[in-house]
Amino acid sequence: MKKIVIVDDEPNIVMTLEYTFKKHNFEVYIARDGSEALEILESVIPDVVMLDIMMPKVDGYQTLKLIKENNKLRNTKVVFLTAKNKDSDIEKGLKLGADRYLTKPFSVKKIVSEINELISS
Amino acid sequence: MSNYGLFLIIIAYLASLFGIAFFAEKNAKSKWVNNSVVYTLSLAVYCTAWTYYGSIGIAANSGINFLPIYLGPVIAAPLWIVLLRKVIRISKQHKISSIADFLSLRYGNNRFLGALVTLVCLLGIVPYISLQLKAVSETFQILSDDTSYVSTSVYDDSTFYIAVLLALFAAFFGTQTTDASEKHKGIVVSIAFESILKLIFFLCVGIYVTYFLFNGTEDIYSKMSQASNFKELTSVNGFENGFIWLYTILLSFFAIFLLPRQFQVSVVENIRERHLKNAIWMFPLYLLLFNVFVIFVAWGGNLSIGNLDQAEYYALLLPLQNGNTFLSVLVFLGGLSAVISMVVVSTLALSTMVSNNLIIPYGFLDRFLESHPERNNKFIKNMRRVSIFLIIIVAYVFYVNFSYELSLYSIGLIAFVIIAQLAPAFFVGLFWNRGSSRGAIIGIIMGFAVVTYTLILPFSIQAFTGSSHFTDYGLASISALRPHALFGIDFLSPPTHAFFWSIIVNVMCYLVFSLLYKGNYRERNYAEMFIDSNNYSDLQDSALVWKGEAYVAEIKKVLNKFLGERRTDRALSLFFRKYNLAPDTQMADARLINFSEKLLTGSIGSASAKILIASVVKEEEVSLVEVLKILEESKETIASNKLLRDKSKELTQLTSKLKEANEELIEKDKQKDEFLDSVAHELKTPITGIRAATELLMDESDDMPTEIREQFLKNMLQDSDRLSRLIHNILDFEKLSKGRAQLNLKKHNIRETLEKAIFSMSYLADRKDIEIIHSNTSDFHAKYDEDRIMQVLTNLISNALKFCQPKTGKIIVDYKYDKGLLEVIIKDNGKGIPEQDLPFVFDKFYQSKNQNIIKPQGSGLGLAISKTIIENHDGNIWVKNNQKSGVTFGFQLPFE
Repeated sequence: MKKIVIVDDEPNIVMTLEYTFKKHNFEVYIARDGSEALEILESVIPDVVMLDIMMPKVDGYQTLKLIKENNKLRNTKVVFLTAKNKDSDIEKGLKLGADRYLTKPFSVKKIVSEINELISS
Repeated sequence: MSNYGLFLIIIAYLASLFGIAFFAEKNAKSKWVNNSVVYTLSLAVYCTAWTYYGSIGIAANSGINFLPIYLGPVIAAPLWIVLLRKVIRISKQHKISSIADFLSLRYGNNRFLGALVTLVCLLGIVPYISLQLKAVSETFQILSDDTSYVSTSVYDDSTFYIAVLLALFAAFFGTQTTDASEKHKGIVVSIAFESILKLIFFLCVGIYVTYFLFNGTEDIYSKMSQASNFKELTSVNGFENGFIWLYTILLSFFAIFLLPRQFQVSVVENIRERHLKNAIWMFPLYLLLFNVFVIFVAWGGNLSIGNLDQAEYYALLLPLQNGNTFLSVLVFLGGLSAVISMVVVSTLALSTMVSNNLIIPYGFLDRFLESHPERNNKFIKNMRRVSIFLIIIVAYVFYVNFSYELSLYSIGLIAFVIIAQLAPAFFVGLFWNRGSSRGAIIGIIMGFAVVTYTLILPFSIQAFTGSSHFTDYGLASISALRPHALFGIDFLSPPTHAFFWSIIVNVMCYLVFSLLYKGNYRERNYAEMFIDSNNYSDLQDSALVWKGEAYVAEIKKVLNKFLGERRTDRALSLFFRKYNLAPDTQMADARLINFSEKLLTGSIGSASAKILIASVVKEEEVSLVEVLKILEESKETIASNKLLRDKSKELTQLTSKLKEANEELIEKDKQKDEFLDSVAHELKTPITGIRAATELLMDESDDMPTEIREQFLKNMLQDSDRLSRLIHNILDFEKLSKGRAQLNLKKHNIRETLEKAIFSMSYLADRKDIEIIHSNTSDFHAKYDEDRIMQVLTNLISNALKFCQPKTGKIIVDYKYDKGLLEVIIKDNGKGIPEQDLPFVFDKFYQSKNQNIIKPQGSGLGLAISKTIIENHDGNIWVKNNQKSGVTFGFQLPFE
């Protein structure tokens, strides 16, 4: 079973994502910010981590950096899902090593197909 | 001690002085040579054998009357910062090398004045040098055990050889360069060294006499107090003696500026102006130390020797009598040091004056123009060397012939009185631009005539004929013309009496003739430059007013004769570069004339320099009106320069202000961008929720459980509300900050408004289990827009709720009214706000710098809206961190 960690502090958004990925047979883990995500990642090695950028405590950029530094997670893909959609933001995110940069608002179907494509590639 | 032994010591001592002078010349740039201590010690050339021996003589005979000679310089020292600095500045600028040159230049390169000043100095100083030689000779005799020894011929006289050695020393180190305004560092450092020696040795003997021969100062004082004339010895003694003190202080005040040797060390040899700053306190301190023991040595001598004829040499006799030859040799060397430094500097200064102001301007200039530069230089140097030897030899001859009549004290004071004749021309001339050369010349001549009649003539007649008839009865036995009691002034001592009359006559003549004869344009020109030296130093060469026709080539020819071709070319090319002139400029202007005169002044004196340059140019008379006009223009140039400087300063300030404003704008712009970003972000969040949920709900293929479907619908509702709230806030803020919102001002009870606000928040507070304390029950009515104030209160309270911990959180709401102001505070015990963020929390576009870590709550507009509301009420809002924890927000509203 494919594993995904969804990191976002907006419960309404998380709820839609959780519902969608569970329906597509993902094992879903939820974190409200970077530090909670890192806690989960200590015991779980997921296929994908989906990250918001503007979050309390540990933000998306920092979380990405910490994931990249962790050798255990070298096969884990990281995807940003954020409302920040300026060209400079996207460039920054990809430069930091994100595998995809997806923007809000989003279509759930498109998100699922993007993630599936990423995992199978 | 044997003659030869003593002579060997003297030779060895002189050799070490040569060594020090050599060292200083070799290390002319070292900090050991160029510092304010050396400068101050060189000023101590003021303390001659007269100080060393003479003071004790006076102290033994007439008590504290030796003091005024040192009080003058002490009073003068603080004034140096103004007076001497001005003189130094002018002298450096014009390459002045002596007091004669200084006065000559001040009065328009006046040749005769320079010569006159030189003559006055020679007449005053040569006997003074004799006096120094006498002191050496007498102390030498006292110290040598060969008491029967009396010099029978010049060749047997050790003093002669010492004089010759001193001449050699002065000639060798004093004439290294032709330019006399160059520094003589070797001589200055050796003098500084001698000043240390003479002070230390004098202190040694003072301590020896006071604490070893006697039991301290009190012992001497109490023994002396039994003497019959004790009262006279320790007081100023009435009205008449008070005048003597006053005039003597004034005399020595003048002397410290005008004595050729003082001018040499304090002005010509000054390396840095700032050395003056230390000298003004170190020099008086030196004099103080020198005078501490004078009175005790004198009284000690009175008590144990008692022979007042020998009082001048008590310092030498006391240790000798008590078998301490070593100490007396030290005293002798200290006295010798005082003599050497005085003789060397005086002859150096006088020889420069003689060559540059007396000999060269009268008859040698044509010769120079026909000769080669090397020969001219050699000739000038040799002239100075011969002058040095001649001055010392004349002084020696004077000493041999008048030895008996010379008392250290009287000759010293005569020299001071003669030199003081330069004072009116010098001091008044520095500050009064009308002072003219004719006034100066007549003043000095008449003053000197009075000195001759009242001091020199009686002294000479008595010395030659042994008769005191002239002194006692006056010219043709007219009692009003008695030389020591002119017109009945009979209570002054001869030197102060002569000073009194001569200076009155001198000043009167100077003032009257200056007013009667204006002097030519050159004089007025230099007068302006000297008096306003600070301003004209900015203008440098162009301050000289000159009109005429001159060719650069001709001037160059003259310069070549003295500087040689290489130095001339270098100097001129520097000059052309400085004023941005073409190197092949043909016609000379006023600046080049002035520059060339300056170049020559150091070598041949200012008067000669002017004559030489004038000989190759066709100068036209400039009228006084023109001079004044040009000077006025110069002043205007200075003024407009200053204006320009001020303007440019203003511009710089404006530019930096503009830059600041610009930076502020950029910052505001950036904040606005950031704000819009975060507004967009906030708007997108609920839209994202709505869009995703809608998509899921619309998928008919999905058989979504009912409770999830309901949850999604509820979420959509929530997000829609959030969206509309946000839009409302943004519009509200825009309306408030643009002043478009009308306030609905009515009388309300603040207690009730607060209660309403708290009630509306109580649901949130209960959920976090946070207590809101509101215990103030007093009613207070004020006019405000209740809805708006409620908005502020709920914003502040909800902020406090966000920052407080559940359960332990506590919020205190309170208010007070005083002096027309109603103040409401909301205080919490939450985590507070970082100190650096405090000044910005109300800024409309501000969001915490920590926003990456702490997600901004709400739109970031709450506090900005609150601030605008309070300001629309003419009130103010503030925030501060509490001492322990949490933060307090407050606002004040004015009421009638």
